Amino acid sequence: MRDHPLARLLLRGTTVLVLGFLMAPMLAVVVLSFSPTELMVLPPRGFSLRWYEDFLTAGRWVLATRNSFVVAIATTILATPLGTAAAIGLQLGRFRGKALLVTLLTLPLVTPYIVTAASMYFAYSLAGLSGSLLGLVLGHTVVAVPFVVMAVLATLQTFDANLLRAAASLGAAPLPAILRVVVPNTWPGIAAGAVFAFATSLDEFVITLFLAGPGQFTLPRQMYASVREFLTPTILAAATLLFLCSLIFLLVSEALRLRAARKVVR
Amino acid sequence: MRRTNWLAALLIAPLLLLIIGSFLMPVGLTLFRAVADREVAAALPDTSTILAAWDGQRLPPEAAFAAVARELAAALEERRIGDVAQRMNFERTGLRTLLLRTARAGDRLQAPYVASLVALDARWGESETWLMLQRAGGPTTSLYLLRAMDLTRGPDGAVMQVPDDEKLFQTLFIRTLWVSLLVTAICVLLAYPVAYTITRLRAPWSSVALTLVLIPFWSSVLVRTTAWFVLLQREGPVNDALIGIGILEAPAQILGTRIAVLLALVHVLLPFAILPMHSVMTRLDATYLRAAASLGANGVQRFFRVWLPLSLPGVAAGGAMVFLLSVGMYTAPALVGGDRDQMVTWFIANFMTRDVNWGMAAALSAYLLAMSGAVIALTRILTGGTIQAGARA
Repeated sequence: MRDHPLARLLLRGTTVLVLGFLMAPMLAVVVLSFSPTELMVLPPRGFSLRWYEDFLTAGRWVLATRNSFVVAIATTILATPLGTAAAIGLQLGRFRGKALLVTLLTLPLVTPYIVTAASMYFAYSLAGLSGSLLGLVLGHTVVAVPFVVMAVLATLQTFDANLLRAAASLGAAPLPAILRVVVPNTWPGIAAGAVFAFATSLDEFVITLFLAGPGQFTLPRQMYASVREFLTPTILAAATLLFLCSLIFLLVSEALRLRAARKVVR
Repeated sequence: MRRTNWLAALLIAPLLLLIIGSFLMPVGLTLFRAVADREVAAALPDTSTILAAWDGQRLPPEAAFAAVARELAAALEERRIGDVAQRMNFERTGLRTLLLRTARAGDRLQAPYVASLVALDARWGESETWLMLQRAGGPTTSLYLLRAMDLTRGPDGAVMQVPDDEKLFQTLFIRTLWVSLLVTAICVLLAYPVAYTITRLRAPWSSVALTLVLIPFWSSVLVRTTAWFVLLQREGPVNDALIGIGILEAPAQILGTRIAVLLALVHVLLPFAILPMHSVMTRLDATYLRAAASLGANGVQRFFRVWLPLSLPGVAAGGAMVFLLSVGMYTAPALVGGDRDQMVTWFIANFMTRDVNWGMAAALSAYLLAMSGAVIALTRILTGGTIQAGARA
């Protein structure tokens, strides 16, 4: 069933323009980050790595990178097992109100981030958690964990529950059975959830802005502060590196998706 | 079976507790803060008790004057006068000065307190001052929720509009809704042909095009907004290009305008519209199209009578997601917008950090939540399904 040639031309033209619009700003940032001078002009007048050198030697950027990775790793370590366990529980259980429970656990995704951030700012300061690493990790976990739940739930749809019954009939206790039967069979989903949790935490900005203490600068927070203060290509080097991270996350998650799909076919 | 359910509960419980403790309870606390009114009762307990029994006619008894003088001095001594001063100043500008002046007067105030307080500041002799203190006695107030809609209470307690020169929030909500609707409309209109084309493209081109949508989807909102900040500068590439092709004669100020906000928002949110539409369209059964063609429908008819209706759930899901994220977006307008382009989110942030008026921040949050909830409910009714979220805004 083919479209009219003129319609096809128009549609493809629009698509190329829109995709170009989506990609162009990012490509511009990547190109400008190699600019030899402070001037950010296109096309570039040369090539230099001085802004990357600046990024790697400036104390505040190094510290921000370190903070970002510490928080992202801690968030992933907390969110992945919690989210995986909850997803397996949701799949195994036969009780009413399951849909409500899923909505409840994924509510942070549809709540405006500023409301989540404001609420955590109020509540965590009452609990003495504001400005602490634990508070920041908890905040990030709340917005990252729904992705883990959804990713694992999606792969569990294709998991054959008979395997678990077989394990039980062979005398395996419930928890070991889950660890040795369910987890190995759904690992692509669990890994994809972990990647999404890591990426979410690394990119998270609004919650960090309100929960983080004076010394807790993450990469996005440092970028925002620097942009408002004085725009240098060092910020673009940071943006390019974050962009590179997103590309890696995308590749890994696509690879995991293909892997999960292959498992089903087999 | 019961054993399985126990196991399931055991597996879900840790996450549920985490979400309740570090998300649901904080948000609930915020909603409570939007109506809570405890500052006056906490700092001036005796005054509040006496005023609660006061009929509001003429002036309150001498005991109230004595209590307020004593308790304000004590609050200043113990450095907890800030909250009550702030609270009363929000009721009427200038009350902060009155309370602080009275607190500092301390020992100089002597019985009879009615006379010495009025001598210190004539406002203590007006029953309206006392009525405001009485009204602020808690435990709940509609002040913040009303003020967030540019409403206030008159001396008699009736709800009325604030003076025109103090109006702020009605415009703010209309602006937020308008910008979000505009962004949603632009995103849906641009996303539909793209999603359609990607679905109809052959491999490997469909994968290539989809990847070009996924790359911005995965990269951070801040990185993309920063990109626009750089591109739109006075000496930036966009101005250069516009001058180069002769549209502009001199660099234009684009940053800090509504155009910059719209550009950044559409750019950030477009993938959230394309992806749900594409996922609905790929699952769309092509045999319907062939059936329509075999019954004699031409291309236009096939599109409008078969393809479009079948893909509408994707349009609804994508549009709702874009609207939801746009209403709650802080980063993009804050970075590339001017003072006149800021949305509700910016005011929430300001009330929290700059004005330290948590009641107003909570009231605006409550309205924002209500708006989001209404959109989600509407989408559910329209499409009969849940919104597939994927937001990292």
